[in-house]
Amino acid sequence: MTDNRASSDAAASTQAEVSEEIQQIAKAYERDAAPERDGEETQPRLDYPPYRSSVLRHPTKDPHHADPEGIELWAPAFGHQDVDPLEADLTIQHRGEPVGERMVVTGRVLDGDGRPVRHQLVEIWQANAGGRYIHKRDQHPAAIDPNFTGVGRCLTDADGTYSFTTIKPGPYPWKNHRNAWRPAHIHFSLFGTEFTQRMVTQMYFPGDPLFALDPIYQAITDQRARDRLVATYDHDVTRPEWSTGYRWDIVLTGAHHTPREDEVEA
Amino acid sequence: MSRIPGDLVATPGQTIGPFYGYALPYDGDATLVPPGHPDAIRLHGRVLDGAGNPVPDALIEIWQADPAGRVVREPGSLHRDGFTFTGWGRCGTDNTGHYSFTTLRPGPTAPGAAAYVAVTVFARGLLNRLFTRAYLPAEESVLAGDPLLSSVDPDRRGTLVAAADEHGFAFDIRLQGEDETVFLTYPRH
Repeated sequence: MTDNRASSDAAASTQAEVSEEIQQIAKAYERDAAPERDGEETQPRLDYPPYRSSVLRHPTKDPHHADPEGIELWAPAFGHQDVDPLEADLTIQHRGEPVGERMVVTGRVLDGDGRPVRHQLVEIWQANAGGRYIHKRDQHPAAIDPNFTGVGRCLTDADGTYSFTTIKPGPYPWKNHRNAWRPAHIHFSLFGTEFTQRMVTQMYFPGDPLFALDPIYQAITDQRARDRLVATYDHDVTRPEWSTGYRWDIVLTGAHHTPREDEVEA
Repeated sequence: MSRIPGDLVATPGQTIGPFYGYALPYDGDATLVPPGHPDAIRLHGRVLDGAGNPVPDALIEIWQADPAGRVVREPGSLHRDGFTFTGWGRCGTDNTGHYSFTTLRPGPTAPGAAAYVAVTVFARGLLNRLFTRAYLPAEESVLAGDPLLSSVDPDRRGTLVAAADEHGFAFDIRLQGEDETVFLTYPRH
């Protein structure tokens, strides 16, 4: 398949070559973008050749502007029959304790107006402490942890707050280019109060030495935007003799309707 | 970009990556109604890349009104009870890039409006989600009266309209190329 051929071509690239491509794009962005906020690219580019798999998978035509209507002004509802509260603790899904640094990650999901997104679904998935996913496509020869699957769900509370207890994921190698490594991250899947706010993203950890080398993270060309994906270590979230704590707030794009009764209550 | 002054800046999206397969799909994700339901239809299609090859690691989500055109406000999509229609579903593509939902035919959400299913596309290699609409085939006058369809270049309009087939509707999604699907952006994105 073409995609595989593209990635095996890519496998011939070195980190130095990919880093050079990343830097050229960053320089062009700094040269062309207005320094004030209106010029800021707040979302990743879809056309970002250093991420080899994107080459044949990005639309080449500009997206078409649509005014949301009908079903797009609403989001699916999830409730307690969908999500068990225990699913928010990724460290209790098996008989024993998983290996690694136990941590809590918590924060609020807000819409573009700063309103909390209440009682809505948050899903996460991640590698284990050694950088290994359970997924069969992950052939990285690091240990699978029989006590860690790396999948969690929760509903936000009335204040838009989510919280997960998990293990700090490790960085892992991938085949974008030779000696490619992803910075440690947790995948997040989020819903808002309307369809247009749906998003999937990745949360990173402060100070990761792999940031500059990673074409997925660097596909967000603006440093201010990239920083929004980095959690903050928060000692107030850290629990004595138990776990470290990180805080990460998520802002969805703005909604197009005024909040309904059932969103305002709670 | 059409942000309103004072808006909070949205958090960036990122690709879903290759490893969502053990996390996001779940039993019953693509069966919004049981296959034996008397009004069940299939909404299916293929996800293709810029070379026309199937994308076997894409995830498609649909969100739709019920047959009466009502927006459903029922939870239960993750643990379907077999009776409650929630209007939302999720389906990973298979090795041939194919996805398939068992659902109900959505009604128009306003009188005379064209009926459509809202679609979100995620994939490895796709750095942010894409939005589109799968309109049901209808009389030309209905489709021509739709505000979105009538604003799309006629040459590309067809990429937004599903084709009727034996069990329901087929809707292919082309991420790139000549007949690239029209993807949508909304105000405040």
